[in-house]
Amino acid sequence: MVDPRLSIIDNRLKSIKRIIAVSSGKGGVGKSMIATTFALALAKKGLKIGLFDLDFTSPSTHLILGIKNILPKEEKGIIPPIINNLSYMSLVYYSGELATPLRGEDTSNALIELLSVTKWDNLDILVIDMPPGIGDAVLDLIKLVKKIEFLIITTSSELAFHTVKKQLILLKELKVKTIGVLENMKINKMKTIKTETEKLGINFLGEIPYDKTLEESIGDCNKLSTTTFFQIVDETLTNNNIV
Amino acid sequence: MHEWALAESVIAAASKIAEKEELKEVKEVIVKIGELQQVEEDILFFAFEQLKKDIFRKTKFQILKAMTKLRCRVCGTEWSFKKQSLDENNMESIHFVPEVAHAYVKCPKCRSPDFKIVEGRGIWLEEIKGAK
Repeated sequence: MVDPRLSIIDNRLKSIKRIIAVSSGKGGVGKSMIATTFALALAKKGLKIGLFDLDFTSPSTHLILGIKNILPKEEKGIIPPIINNLSYMSLVYYSGELATPLRGEDTSNALIELLSVTKWDNLDILVIDMPPGIGDAVLDLIKLVKKIEFLIITTSSELAFHTVKKQLILLKELKVKTIGVLENMKINKMKTIKTETEKLGINFLGEIPYDKTLEESIGDCNKLSTTTFFQIVDETLTNNNIV
Repeated sequence: MHEWALAESVIAAASKIAEKEELKEVKEVIVKIGELQQVEEDILFFAFEQLKKDIFRKTKFQILKAMTKLRCRVCGTEWSFKKQSLDENNMESIHFVPEVAHAYVKCPKCRSPDFKIVEGRGIWLEEIKGAK
């Protein structure tokens, strides 16, 4: 018995130039906010961008984008709707706002299903919002998506970076491309994260100060694009030649 | 026509096997479809017919059905899933991604959503017969 879906994934992703997973070994560091802002900032530059929410059990990018009551079209597969100039895909289209508890095996199956039936447009970049940790989703992406690159998020906290560092070492050992580390919710002037990241031979991309007002822009992309947060994410992309 | 995407994956997988086994012609492809995903057999056959070319030109496609067996990971109860137990919209969601069943289906005994899909999830390539 063979799972036929695995044979079509490369074909489904061939129209996408780059696939960037916004990831962190630790939860609550702002991955979804950065992934969504990153995608919106790239689209604003005129690039064709997709956003794929891979945090199946706790999806939140649809809330940041203010998406309600939209379903993908079916045309020899699933066509992600274009929302705020992003081709957008999420399990939320099918699970709604109900709790969807998934074990590892189910997460892998749902990921394989979506990768094999989603028909992405020609994209410059597909941004993936990852669930926290270095479990199934990270391992599956490395296994299934050959051109995957990781953009790693941490906070200034030693507790966050302790796990992030393990993730960085793992990616390095597996020879997976890591674009760099972004320090989010910065509330001090310490340079520990920068120093430690560079010691590992990995690019330190910059710092994003903690923004108390950012919550007010959730669900409103126009408002989000006027925030200092958006501006810093945008500048970080440009200054580091990420695109 | 989400079935079309699944049919493409069956052809892609069968092509890889045929290449590996150096088959010049594929005579028969047997696929198994699980009840949980409710893949429409007619649409799947239609997609196979439309996608047939090269070594698949004369291929006979056979579709077998598998009942859905679920097992609760908490109390061990096993049960057969029946689509009549859910409304049409929820079944439609499960059709696209069977794992969202964990949002809509509960163990009939203890009401836990923590169950294993033992059999009958989606689509499998069961067998491929060909000539060298």
